[in-house]
Amino acid sequence: MSSVPAKQEPAIRDTPPGPPGSMLEVSDLSVTYAGDRGAVVAVDQVSFQVDPGEFLGIVGESGCGKSTLLFAIAQLLAPPAAITGGQVTFKGRSMVGLTDSQLAAVRWKDLSVVMQSAMNALNPVTQIRAQFADAMRAHGVRSKTEITDRSAEVLRMVGIDPVHLRSYPHQLSGGMRQRAMIAMAMLFTPELVIMDEPTSALDVVAQRSLMVQIKELQQRLDFAVIFVTHDMSLISHFSDRLMVMYAGQVAEFGTTRELFDQPLHPYTAGLMDAFPSIRGPRRQLTGIPGSPPNLATPPPGCRFQPRCPKAMPRCDAVQPELYQVGDTQVRCLLHEDGMREERITP
Amino acid sequence: MTSPSPNGKAQADEGTAVGPPEASARSGDRGVPGGRPPEEAALLRTDKLTRHFRIGNALSRQTLHAVDEVSLTIGEREIVALAGESGSGKSTIARLLAKIYKPTSGEVYFQGKALSGIRSRKDRLRYSGQAPMVFQDPFASINPVYRVSHGVLRGLKLHRPELSRDERYAEARRVFEVVGLTPADEVLQRFPHELSGGQRQRVGFAQAVAMRPKLILADEPVSMLDVSIRVGLLNMMAQLRDTQDVSILYITHDLASARYVADRLIVMYAGRVAEAGPTEELLANPRHPYTQLLLSAAPDPRAALGVGAETDRGEPPRVINPTPGCRFRWRCPLAIDKCHQVTPELTQILPGHQAACHVAQEGAEVKAFG
Repeated sequence: MSSVPAKQEPAIRDTPPGPPGSMLEVSDLSVTYAGDRGAVVAVDQVSFQVDPGEFLGIVGESGCGKSTLLFAIAQLLAPPAAITGGQVTFKGRSMVGLTDSQLAAVRWKDLSVVMQSAMNALNPVTQIRAQFADAMRAHGVRSKTEITDRSAEVLRMVGIDPVHLRSYPHQLSGGMRQRAMIAMAMLFTPELVIMDEPTSALDVVAQRSLMVQIKELQQRLDFAVIFVTHDMSLISHFSDRLMVMYAGQVAEFGTTRELFDQPLHPYTAGLMDAFPSIRGPRRQLTGIPGSPPNLATPPPGCRFQPRCPKAMPRCDAVQPELYQVGDTQVRCLLHEDGMREERITP
Repeated sequence: MTSPSPNGKAQADEGTAVGPPEASARSGDRGVPGGRPPEEAALLRTDKLTRHFRIGNALSRQTLHAVDEVSLTIGEREIVALAGESGSGKSTIARLLAKIYKPTSGEVYFQGKALSGIRSRKDRLRYSGQAPMVFQDPFASINPVYRVSHGVLRGLKLHRPELSRDERYAEARRVFEVVGLTPADEVLQRFPHELSGGQRQRVGFAQAVAMRPKLILADEPVSMLDVSIRVGLLNMMAQLRDTQDVSILYITHDLASARYVADRLIVMYAGRVAEAGPTEELLANPRHPYTQLLLSAAPDPRAALGVGAETDRGEPPRVINPTPGCRFRWRCPLAIDKCHQVTPELTQILPGHQAACHVAQEGAEVKAFG
């Protein structure tokens, strides 16, 4: 809604620009929260692109900037947060600095957002159908039958009986509410759906079934998904590429399989070792000691270094950049030379 | 508060069930989940614990069966995981055990004494010191306007009045060190907003441990925490069991974490115990279709791609005015006629391993999901 026009500063590019076909391109995006005690850079020069039909996962702990990043892409930031650098290009057009009416034309139609808590995202005092109709009317659909038919169609698509168009949100279970939100996001079959932890309020069984359903819909309707979660295990079987964020920066970015098979960043490796497995041998886990840094006073050098089991003396002096290792990008001095093997330098 | 009990069984109001201390001897014949700890070692035992809630108005009176006839035991120095989806009644059980709710029927015995026999404020205070609760949300469960030392010191003053002011502070320092909040002197002086979620949850445990409890009722203590710090909390729980002689009822919806930390596992579905047994045994050899469904739905990045792709629609259980029969039958691919008519009892399938499933009880191979 309100976003400060981007300061065009020629920052050092961490990644080469995406192929000309990329649908969404985020380059050097920075988001800052203004505060009394100084500004907090919640998203620090993040670059990536999303291709049509791709499923991109973004994982990180609370406070790592993952939700802020999503909000910045969808231009939903509200003060004190503002984009302070970089570009978001969606279908060849810059999203930063668009007016509200220009944004309204894009929202729901080309890009929709599924929020974390459907309980809060749906209006509790109107029926589901009124909320669907609202979104459709905003895009010029006038015919009542068209609205009803399409609303019923998208609900059926997510496995909800269309009788629930007349239900109020509180009459639906948590899983159904989330599915209704996803149905609403499908109204115009957008090219990009942004999801902010849509399954975190659900129990495992409902979570699994929702994930399978999102994946099925995505393959059938061929839209791209950016899926944000704190639970790495959840998207291990669903995302094509995975971006691990830590303290506002990209820590590691690569294909999901490669990241899981051979995590390069000590933080990614730590995350993988942080959740117990339901199968296989039972073994002692350690998790990651400490807690994420306060972004108002980030540690010098590498931001993960105070918690890192592999920290070297250089780590608190040198700010690591994103290094390209094969298809993976990793922000760790151990891979400075672009090798998979860790380079130990004094 | 209490609604009429369904089968005309004795109401557990305070008149009828004043502590029969020897009652623990007579439950040997019935399936008590897990069964492993011998009766005399049981720290806490419930006998057909039931809690119903009345919902609706005068015109549409309905009864929600939150917990129905749950009999479980918790032994000394044991972590028992109570697992199930939201709405399965696991938090209601924690509240019944903490005496926040009164049971509709059934009884809870703590160290052989019936909880309904607790009437004086003194006894109630003593019990809540012996079985304190740790809550799910570490951001809402600590008073934000006081330093974190306040809660611990206040608990000590209330529950261990024999301690002097200095002793209370020394004790607070000791429990903060036990739960890994070091340097204790410094952390005690912080405000809740200065601590991370994991640290706050440790404060919750420290407040519980300060009372020298026998049993900590932990209601989803790690579900709101970041993945990277959950394991640290689980390790701390195991350490409390080993060093502080305390049992923990660990309520969770995450079977993987239950497997990691719990000695025994009780799986609940729609207010009833579906399956119970030693954790490893039960998860290696689940006999109830619901346990199998939960297992197949658990995300496991270490598994090969495509595993467990089949799934069900996750229909919520019907616990409002339920009719007899297995409550899982609408979701169960193996349901037989009997499942629609007779509620399955929890019975022993293997030593120490019980399931409430007609198909499993008939000795058939249960392979419903996963």
